Amino acid sequence: MDLEILRILERDARLSAAQIAAMTGRSEAQVNAAIAAAESTGVIRSYRTRIDWEKAGAGRVYAFIDVAAQPERGTGYDRIAERIYRYPEVHSVYLVSGSQDLRVIVEGKTMQEVANFVAEKLATIDGVRGTATHFLLKKYKDDGDIFGDAPTDERLAVTP
Amino acid sequence: MKSLSQIVGNTPASGIRRFFDLVAELDDVISLGVGEPDYVTPWRIREAAIYSLEKGRTTYTSNYGLLELREAIVAKHIERYGTGWNPRTEVLVTVGVSEALDTAFRAILNPGDEVLIPEPCYVSYAPCVMFAGGVPVPIPTRASADFATHPEAIAERITEKTKAILLSYPTNPTGAVMSREGLQKVVDMAVEHDLYILSDEIYDRLCYDSEHVSVPALDGAKDRTILLNGFSKAYAMTGWRIGYACAPAPIIEMMMKIHQYTMLCAPITAQIAALEALKNAEQDAAEMVADYDRRRRLFVKGLNELGLECRMPGGAFYAFPSIEKTGLTSEEFAERLLKEERVLVVPGDVFGDGGIGHVRCCYATATNKLTEALERMGRFLSKL
Repeated sequence: MDLEILRILERDARLSAAQIAAMTGRSEAQVNAAIAAAESTGVIRSYRTRIDWEKAGAGRVYAFIDVAAQPERGTGYDRIAERIYRYPEVHSVYLVSGSQDLRVIVEGKTMQEVANFVAEKLATIDGVRGTATHFLLKKYKDDGDIFGDAPTDERLAVTP
Repeated sequence: MKSLSQIVGNTPASGIRRFFDLVAELDDVISLGVGEPDYVTPWRIREAAIYSLEKGRTTYTSNYGLLELREAIVAKHIERYGTGWNPRTEVLVTVGVSEALDTAFRAILNPGDEVLIPEPCYVSYAPCVMFAGGVPVPIPTRASADFATHPEAIAERITEKTKAILLSYPTNPTGAVMSREGLQKVVDMAVEHDLYILSDEIYDRLCYDSEHVSVPALDGAKDRTILLNGFSKAYAMTGWRIGYACAPAPIIEMMMKIHQYTMLCAPITAQIAALEALKNAEQDAAEMVADYDRRRRLFVKGLNELGLECRMPGGAFYAFPSIEKTGLTSEEFAERLLKEERVLVVPGDVFGDGGIGHVRCCYATATNKLTEALERMGRFLSKL
C-alpha cells in the first residue's frame, strides 16, 4: 500500500493524480494504480466533504451517548452494537474501555428529536442497561480540523 | 548638520523594498516573495513559551544563552552530523542568525579585510561585511553548475587581504546544495589560504534529495569554521528571532564580547521555545519538510511545463527559474507579473549578479495557491 499517497489524500482528496504524481515523483499511472488498489481493498473507504453546517445556516444537533450494555455469549457487544448502528440517526458507534461500554454519537435536527430517539429507540434495545446523554454544545475541533475562522496569512508579502 | 555614517550611506538599500510598496497598492496578490514558512510555530513550542511566561520566567539569561539550550544544540549536531562543541565555551545563542552573522564578521574582520561571498545569496551578507569595515568580494556561481562554489573561482579572487569565505548551502535564493566532495574542496582551499569559514546552515533541515553536508564536519574545517544556524526555517519560528553560532572558543569569546555589550542575551522566551523545539518537535519539523518537498516537486514541474527553465532545487524552499527566454529583465518580469497577474516573485538580481535572468519563487505556500500562481504565470507568459 502506498502510504505517502494515502497521507496526501487524507488531507486533500481533491488533488488530481497528475498533481500527486508531481508531488511524489511517481508517474501518473502509478498514482492511479495505487489509488485504485486502495479503493478496491477498502483502504480508501470514501471521499467526502467536511462541512461546517453551523456556518451554512443548517446547524445540526449531536449528542454523545454512553451506553451500558449487557454482553452476550459468543458475540460480545457485536449484536447490540449492530442494533444501534443500523439507525441512520446514529453517526458513530464505538466500543470503549471504562465505566460504560458503547459510545454512540447521534445526529438530529433538534434536541427533542435526539432525546426522543434515545428514549424510544436506543434505551429500549434488548441488552441496553442504561444511557447517559451529553449534548454537543460547540464544535472546536473535529477529526483534526479546527472549526472557526480560517487562519489568515500574516506574513509580509516580501521578505529577504 | 554633520553628515551621517559613510559606511552605512555607502551600503545600498535592499532591492526588494520597491516591491513592498508596489504590492501594498494591489488586492488579491499571491505572494511567492516571502522568505519564511507558511506554517505557524508548532503548538507544543508556543505552549512551552506560554507556560514559561505563566511561570514568570522573564529574566536575563547567561550572555551565552541558557546552558541547557546550548547543550541541546550541541547534542543535536552530534546526533545529526557527528560534530560537537563545548557547550560552555564554543556556543553562543543569538537573536536570529542575523545577529550571529553580524557578530561573527565584526569578531574576525579588520578594516579592509576581504570576505569571499558566493552569489546569488541572501541579501544581508555583503552589507554585514561592510558594516564590520570589511570588503565583500562576490564569487559568481551559475545555474548551469547548480550554483556550486568552485575552487578555481575562489583562487582567482584570493588576495593577501582575504580573510574569510562565507558558505550558505542550501542557499537562499537558489535552493542549491553542494556535494560533500565539492564542499571539501572549498574547505581545502580555505585551509591552504588560511581563511575563516562562515557557514550559514539555517536551511540544513530542508534538504530533500540528499543528506545535508555540515561544513564543520568536513576534514580540516572545524578549527576555522563559524557555524551559524537557528530555528526559523525548520521549526517555523522566524518571528522569535533565535539562532546560534558554534565556533572555536577564541572566536566565540570575541563574538560574546560584542553580543554582551550590544544584545546582552537572546530573549529568554525564545530560548525556552527553542529548547522545546529541539527536544520535542522533531516530528513536527519532519512533517513540514515532507510537505515542502511535495510542493517543491509540484511547483518546479509546473514552472518547467510553462517553459520557465528551472533545475530541481535540492534544499530550502525556493525555486529559482530562468526567465531569460521571455526577453525581459528579472525586474521587468517581476514587476509586470505583479501588476498584470497579481503574482509576486522576487527579481533574482537583488541576490547578486549571478541572479540576473532569474526570479525567486518561494513555494512555502498552500498547494492551491501554488497551482493558482502557476495558472496566472501561464496566462502572463502567453500574453508576452
